[in-house]
Amino acid sequence: MHIRTWAAALAIGISAWAVAGAGELSGWIAVEGRGFLNDPLHRGQERDNASIAAQPEYYHTWENGSSFTFVPFGRLDSADARRTHADIRELNYLYREDNWFVRLGVGKVFWGATEFVHLVDIINQTDLIEHIDGEDKLGQPMLEFSISPSWGTLDFFILPYFRERTFPGRKGRLRTGRVVDLDNVIYESSSKERNLDVALRYSNTFGGADFGVYVFRGTSREPLLATPDLVPPDLIDPEDLDDDKLIPFYEQINQFGTDVQYASGNWLWKLEAYWRNGYFQDYFAATGGVEYTFFGVGGGNTDIGVLTEYAFNDRDDGGLTIFQNDLFLGMRLSPNDAAGTHLLAGFAQDLERSENALSVEFTRRFGANWRLTLDAWFFLNTARGSVLDELRRDDFARLQLAYHF
Amino acid sequence: MRYGTCAWAVALMALGAARLLPAAEPSPEERGLAIATEADRRERGYGDSTANLRMVLRNKQGQTSERELRIRTLEVENDGTRSLCIFDTPPDVKGTILLTHAHKEADDDQWLFLPALRRIRRIAAQNKSGSFMGSEFSYEDIATQELGKHTYRWLRDEVYDGNDCYVIERTPVDKANSGYSRQVAWLDKEHYRTWKVDYYDRKNDLLKTLTFKDYRKYAERFWRATRMDMVNHQTGKSTILTWSDFTFGTGLREIDFDRNSLTLLR
Repeated sequence: MHIRTWAAALAIGISAWAVAGAGELSGWIAVEGRGFLNDPLHRGQERDNASIAAQPEYYHTWENGSSFTFVPFGRLDSADARRTHADIRELNYLYREDNWFVRLGVGKVFWGATEFVHLVDIINQTDLIEHIDGEDKLGQPMLEFSISPSWGTLDFFILPYFRERTFPGRKGRLRTGRVVDLDNVIYESSSKERNLDVALRYSNTFGGADFGVYVFRGTSREPLLATPDLVPPDLIDPEDLDDDKLIPFYEQINQFGTDVQYASGNWLWKLEAYWRNGYFQDYFAATGGVEYTFFGVGGGNTDIGVLTEYAFNDRDDGGLTIFQNDLFLGMRLSPNDAAGTHLLAGFAQDLERSENALSVEFTRRFGANWRLTLDAWFFLNTARGSVLDELRRDDFARLQLAYHF
Repeated sequence: MRYGTCAWAVALMALGAARLLPAAEPSPEERGLAIATEADRRERGYGDSTANLRMVLRNKQGQTSERELRIRTLEVENDGTRSLCIFDTPPDVKGTILLTHAHKEADDDQWLFLPALRRIRRIAAQNKSGSFMGSEFSYEDIATQELGKHTYRWLRDEVYDGNDCYVIERTPVDKANSGYSRQVAWLDKEHYRTWKVDYYDRKNDLLKTLTFKDYRKYAERFWRATRMDMVNHQTGKSTILTWSDFTFGTGLREIDFDRNSLTLLR
């Protein structure tokens, strides 16, 4: 978001906060250090980094059930100027009646069922510079209208402003050799970031199953990273491209997606799929799997969940897609203790390129307000020429201590 | 002819009743079920309710930690109970919501809303023996007890804490997914309020004892304990629940317990 837009939104947020008067203030502030096991691969990268981040949250609700939410976010990073960034995660007003509501402003919406790849989630842009797990999202300006008649829920979205994906800068780790150029973004739409995107979703629950189907029409949240040899020729002159940079190209898409979760006994089944019609080709992508939970292992309170998922798509653009034929294995361990301890481990295996990666996350609470999170990612085997190969020296451990209030 | 058939049926019923009469004493199982049924009947009909809950967890060394949550429940005709647990503290789980559709016989449906990701995750709800929020209460201890999920047996009558009580035994029907082999409960004869429950683990050793204190009457007929103490005899840990602000008939409806409404709640 441009500085001016951001400042205006912040001013609206703070004045609405002042007008709304007494509400609830909560949120977190965190310090983080990331240590990398190896020296950087790419020119200009700093080895390690430390940062501080905060995300306060103001919430006010009125007697009639309508509410106001304001969630600004900011991070200061020692190494990467781009990772020093701020965003408005949420700034919206919700008006609610019996079986319908309207939400206006900057909001956050998640669609999906699976754990490893968030395929069908499309409303909010990924704040990739925050974490490579892709779970951090930028606030999305929207008008949402939702109605729940007896036969399910219909959600209609009008998305008037597009948010570009964040990428690491020259000094940052976990990036491609060429830095993504954020000053020369190409849009297929002549309205650029002001293209009016729309989405309609239907969801319902039948017994043990939840499912949703949707159609999205507008700017793809997932940029194609153009190099001089791979550009949309009618939109850019290859001569204008900098050999040293990747140009994000945001195409116009029509996407039909579905997500399903089904619970039966100790089993959970998950599926996400979409068919996308875009600038280069039409293609299909899917991910799905199963999770089984062993409860009370060894007669105690510890639960162990084991899960396996598979992801694939039939797009034939080689290096641009990471999950074109990948298998995932994961384990969750929760002792159900007072400290809310969790241990998560995930392993990804590319079935075509013999690439694999491992991630481990441990988190627990200290006292009433502190939470410590330690996670580590290892890019074990990478194939020459793939996106993952550019991260081959970026094995890292991240320690985060957050104060929640 | 029709009248004749009817009269014959009535006579047969009277005969049946007369035959039952001399038997006098019902079996301990019949008495147990009758007591549980009456307690269940008195419990029901509240429609919907809301309450605030404070949990104090204490470990063996005496260190404590606290949780605060809001609970909303709705009785659904012929289909068990809907409930929402909205967590307010500790701050790192603030806004987390557990939604349960407890069914009379079928497996319960359960969802967890994770506010940081705005994500609704379905969770495997069949297992009931896990700890609730790290406390000494398991999901089956806090969930609404559907009558059909246990079998019952009257053990004896006994005075407990000044109340003339029935002592009954409850045995889970779904043994594989319960943490207990059986429970023994003390209910007073006047209002069928539970005062104490002993929980026996799968090896039939005494595991936990729950005691109820400070009963108050709401809406002129519903008794609710405002304090519950659970002591785990095997680990030395304990949990105290303090209930406040019970409100009945607040106008909650099924749509308030819909999966999609989770993203709107705070």
